[in-house]
Amino acid sequence: MPEPVLSVRDLSIAYQARRGQVQAVRNISFDVERGEAVALIGESGSGKTTVGLGLMHLLPATAKGLGGNAIYRRHADGSTGPEIEVLSLKGDNLRQFRWHECAMVFQSALNALNPVLRVSEHFIDTAKAHSYLSGYRQTAALKQRSLQLLSMVRLDAERVWPSFPHELSGGMRQRVLIALALLLEPQLLILDEPTTALDILTQRNIMEVLKELRQKLGFAMLFISHDLALAAELADRVATVYAGEIIEIGDVRTIFRNPHHPYTIGLIRAVPTLTSDKAALISVPGSPPDMIELPTGCKFHPRCPLADERCRREDPELTELGSGHKVACWHWPKAREVLKVYQA
Amino acid sequence: MSGPLLALEHVNRTFTVKGQTIKAVDDINLNIQAGEVLCLVGESGCGKTTTGKMIAGLLPTSSGSILYRGKDIATLTNKDRKEYRLGVQMVHQDPYASLNPIQTIYQTLSAPLQHHRFTRGEVETKRRVSELLQIVDLTPPDDYLDKYPHQLSGGQRQRVSVARALTVHPKFIVADEAVSMVDVSIRISLLKMFTRLKDEMGVGVLLITHDLALAKYFAWDGRIGVMYLGRIVEIGQAREVVDHPQHPYTQVLLSAIPEADPDATRSKKRIELRSMDMPSLLQLPTGCAFHPRCPVFAGEVCERVVPPLKKGDWGSDVACHLVQAHES
Repeated sequence: MPEPVLSVRDLSIAYQARRGQVQAVRNISFDVERGEAVALIGESGSGKTTVGLGLMHLLPATAKGLGGNAIYRRHADGSTGPEIEVLSLKGDNLRQFRWHECAMVFQSALNALNPVLRVSEHFIDTAKAHSYLSGYRQTAALKQRSLQLLSMVRLDAERVWPSFPHELSGGMRQRVLIALALLLEPQLLILDEPTTALDILTQRNIMEVLKELRQKLGFAMLFISHDLALAAELADRVATVYAGEIIEIGDVRTIFRNPHHPYTIGLIRAVPTLTSDKAALISVPGSPPDMIELPTGCKFHPRCPLADERCRREDPELTELGSGHKVACWHWPKAREVLKVYQA
Repeated sequence: MSGPLLALEHVNRTFTVKGQTIKAVDDINLNIQAGEVLCLVGESGCGKTTTGKMIAGLLPTSSGSILYRGKDIATLTNKDRKEYRLGVQMVHQDPYASLNPIQTIYQTLSAPLQHHRFTRGEVETKRRVSELLQIVDLTPPDDYLDKYPHQLSGGQRQRVSVARALTVHPKFIVADEAVSMVDVSIRISLLKMFTRLKDEMGVGVLLITHDLALAKYFAWDGRIGVMYLGRIVEIGQAREVVDHPQHPYTQVLLSAIPEADPDATRSKKRIELRSMDMPSLLQLPTGCAFHPRCPVFAGEVCERVVPPLKKGDWGSDVACHLVQAHES
């Protein structure tokens, strides 16, 4: 098996706030295999966006990397290229990594495009900044490639090319961003809440576009979302993030059908679906933790129905249950039974 | 009392933007009984929020009338207007923006109590505020009285907004996307609280949402109305609308929704639209507004005639020529 495109190990990031340190990401480790789609799911404030921003070196000045590393491997023509340590990249190497190797699609499509630039200028600027098809003679080639990408995301390319962002709907802008992200043929696409704030039919369209593109171009995806349904539809593997750490990770079917962490179980039971029975839905009690003064032991214990003395004292580590399914809970063997998970 | 609590009769609302007229709400007729739970669903721009604001009296209608207990809210006497204003309350979407940041929870909740003389004196006011906090599950109340909104989580703030609405003993609450900004793990508990208000205090709720699964859950024994470009295209008993959708738009919406189950969502049958583009509100399509995108478009009649809302096979009211032709 080829080595993963991205291997993140023990990544920790904190923000400095007046009251203290916000421990947004704590010892997160995961791999993204070649061509694989991995979803980080969690509630707002769980630290999932910080992971993406950290990998792209886009954290605000108040953030501080506290350790860990992220190894990126370029796979070209069947061979694996040199390993790149992402977190220590600087200058031209960082520029080369961004967009050529790894591109990010941001959360608010409405604000991510420059309002005074046409769509065409976004493509041309991006190409120029990364020295891609940027020579005088290559203008036509660049336009051709851009139009091709715009049609791949199901846009009327000729119409969108000369448009300003305000002339496009939210869904169209989101698709422009996806096309733009793919301009330099990255191997890894990071998508932060790619469908949030979009209407149902537009969301559906974006999801179909992403599925199609992935099939055609074979890039890997790391997407960050609070939307479980999106993860169920697009991901190969899912990691649940709580209080800055991964508390469960596994194959998408395992996570949705056979979750073992009380929080994952709770989260899945808290989301109404079109077919769910009214009685089956239960909220996770309590509220998300204060990220500055985290609880002792397992960070989920104040909300967990299974919590006991040990949970309050000791923080459980991710334990492998087999075939890549890992869970961080002292009580995982009985969690499912006690919480009576719906089993299909 | 007989008759509906609220009745909308041929309600229209237009906005003028840069000299152009936008039809946000187009001929809505709706009766809401006391203590009823109703969800309005639709995509952005379908007029659901505008409808909610008109019902709450925050926006006048352009034409048509809204009756509260049989009286037109546009021409109420002072006494009746006060009764209506207190009777219909609104809970807004953003709990970060809807509470005054420089007032404590106690100040926020005591002001309406004292202003409308529901309580007299500090002791009674405090007792009532504590009671309200308990009703919205903020316990023990003493922990919250002196807090400011920024010290609370989004879910807790939304509970305070609901408690504030309850200070004046409303008969009906309009909740505009009231849970969409709250963390998924605690949405259900907020909705359960609304359900309890209905069961225990007879408070009716209009929940405006874009999430059909959420609407089905919340309006389980109530109704769901689906809006498209300013009109109600289908309305009926919540589970009927979701389990047996009649209008092609409702069917398309339901087929597009991803499910939190990898096998179900990947094998779900999708209905393709004829066009992905949402028509401009400035220039609404003639006839049935859905016809340019409708997967079962049936030609001239759809382009020409606006289909009326009529009872269909499953008991829901549907505005579609095809559904109606099929039945006659």
